[in-house]
Amino acid sequence: MRAGESDAAGAVLDAARELGWHLPPDLNDRITEAIYAESSEIAGRRIRRRGGSLRLAWQETLDRILTGRWTGIPVMLLLLGSVLWVTIVGANYPSALLADLLLNRGWHLLREAAHAMGVPGWLGGITVDGMYLTTAWVVSVMLPPMAIFFPIFTILEDFGYLPRVAFNLDRIFKAVGAHGKQALTMSMGLGCNAAGVVACRIIDSPRERLIAIVTNNFALCNGRWPTQMLIASVFVGGLFPPVLGGFAAAGAVLLVAGLGFALAWLASLVLSRTVLRGEASTFSLELPPYRPPNILRTFYTSIIDRTIFVLFRAVVFALPAGAVIWLTANVQVGGQSLAYWMVAALDGPGWWLGLNGVILVAYIVAIPANEIVIPTVLMLTVLLTGQTGAGPGVMFEVDDADRFRQILAAGGWTALTGVCLMIFSLCHNPCSTTIYTIWRETRSAKWTVLATLLPFVPGVILCVLIACVWRAMAA
Amino acid sequence: MGSCASCGAGGCGTAEVRVPGLQRLGLRPGTWDGIVALAGNPNTGKSTVFNRLTGLRQHTGNWPGKTIARAEGGFAYRGRRYRLIDLPGTYSLLSASPDEEVARDFILFGRPDVVVVVTDATALERNLNLALQVLQITERVVVCLNLTDEARALGVEVDVAGLSEDLGVPVVPCVAREGEGMIALLDAVHGVSVGEIECRPRRLKLSVPGLTGALDRLTSLVTGAFGDLPQARWVALRLLHGDRRITEAVRTGEIARLGAAVPAESGARS
Repeated sequence: MRAGESDAAGAVLDAARELGWHLPPDLNDRITEAIYAESSEIAGRRIRRRGGSLRLAWQETLDRILTGRWTGIPVMLLLLGSVLWVTIVGANYPSALLADLLLNRGWHLLREAAHAMGVPGWLGGITVDGMYLTTAWVVSVMLPPMAIFFPIFTILEDFGYLPRVAFNLDRIFKAVGAHGKQALTMSMGLGCNAAGVVACRIIDSPRERLIAIVTNNFALCNGRWPTQMLIASVFVGGLFPPVLGGFAAAGAVLLVAGLGFALAWLASLVLSRTVLRGEASTFSLELPPYRPPNILRTFYTSIIDRTIFVLFRAVVFALPAGAVIWLTANVQVGGQSLAYWMVAALDGPGWWLGLNGVILVAYIVAIPANEIVIPTVLMLTVLLTGQTGAGPGVMFEVDDADRFRQILAAGGWTALTGVCLMIFSLCHNPCSTTIYTIWRETRSAKWTVLATLLPFVPGVILCVLIACVWRAMAA
Repeated sequence: MGSCASCGAGGCGTAEVRVPGLQRLGLRPGTWDGIVALAGNPNTGKSTVFNRLTGLRQHTGNWPGKTIARAEGGFAYRGRRYRLIDLPGTYSLLSASPDEEVARDFILFGRPDVVVVVTDATALERNLNLALQVLQITERVVVCLNLTDEARALGVEVDVAGLSEDLGVPVVPCVAREGEGMIALLDAVHGVSVGEIECRPRRLKLSVPGLTGALDRLTSLVTGAFGDLPQARWVALRLLHGDRRITEAVRTGEIARLGAAVPAESGARS
């Protein structure tokens, strides 16, 4: 008997152990079988089936295509590619409209208002030029793609497609000693990595759950989709004639998302051969019936739960970030702005990665939320290349992709910068929310640090490699 | 608060079906007269039922494993206020994966007044496995036979009265997505909660040699040590299983809470 155990409790436990010896060793299996037998008996008595349901035949045909050995993955790529294409092409118009409204008109209006009210220059700078403009940027760059992407994604989810994706990828993940359900948590990560990490609770084995948590960041999350789409349409789409530009951009984003799954697979392989050794456990994945999605409700939930949620988070982080950006651009140290010194210090490492100092500074500023990377990059570029039509630290209006390209070209960007940024956006530290979630789920500093730093390994290797090969070929 | 307070918010993507007498209390049940837990296999529509009753809009998705932690809300019906808990979907209450443990612990120690087992009418046999296990733990159960529209489309007909007779608890056919059957479900929950409907849950026939004798002895020891627990026999069975969580609950004496006249969590009861 141990401490804290009452006599009566001890007697019960002793009796249980004692009695257990006289029972068959496969007691658990027998009880499970008894439950199954009763279910089957009741069901047999109380269910009648009319044969030859049209719906069943239709569902089976669909499953043969969507989860077929040869058709499953191509159809999946085609579906996701189409969703991306629709998003990229469709987001252009509302984006331009919002940019005109919020950046051109709204910003000028606010500036004039601040001026008329006699707001001191520095205060107007921080609030209007820093906070408002960063936030307006986030809204106009992010809202349109999200408002298109999420409803379509949610319709696919409602329809019952997500478990089929997991089913298709199951064999691939299982082959490296990871859990098949990791495919499902990765799919969740495509929406939000923090949600994907929490979803890892559906994996029972602690070893496989850790692998899934640590590698979830390789699933391109919704904070990064807009970055990918924007950069792809400017730098990849721009290489092609306008008719093909949209397809090329969608293809490039799809490639990056696929690369993320490949890297997750590779990282899982390495983890399950080294620090997290073991065999994959089996599980049964239920393929739910296809259900006609409720379109109206889908729009409601995807707009409220996903679009507004993500946008709100971005805005919350953009407000202080905007103030910080404006300050770094306006606080002078040794005759130059703080931003100048930071960018100058990171230009060296940035060059090796095929990037530049501005991008690295932006990634530091954007640790709380990936969503504000692009606005920060734009603002710093504008500032440091002297393209300012509006004073230092001000992100100015960009009303179409062409203008956007011009700003970045003046900052020394090439197609190489764009490609490397897409890779780096996929492979860098998770956002702070995800890092916190990983800690909360694992309660381990070791795994949290590993999950935070792991993405940099392929990120740095790939960027340096691409930059070297690209420059060697250009030379 | 009007009975339609929830309809104003968000423009209602769903075809809002008004349920007479139902007052959706959203996230703030305040005080409550009863606790209702929603259990069921993954992807049977528990969250949809939850949203129907509370007026909340918890995200629903057509894949198993969506609800991982438990979600809470409230509703009032026929003058009684209920706290509603949406448990993670599980296939059984036997093994100890984290989500199954959350579900089982709540059914056991959360002492719900009524457990609604949401089942998928298109896959009833598999769903009954869980329902039967829930019936071993608690007797106040209502089975919600959901997705009957899909079952009909698939050519599956369920003898509802017969099923109810077999299980010994009310069985209510529903189409939660359309709001069909919600009144009947609420009536059943109300009836079981106030004791108007008496449940005689089906007990498992366990034909394992020597088990009955061992169970009888251990059950009497359990009741001797912890009082007349309603689940004494089930606890005894789990102890013979070597169930770690239950063994631990016996060791620490936590198991005695099952028999307490007033559950520990009910401080907020009115």
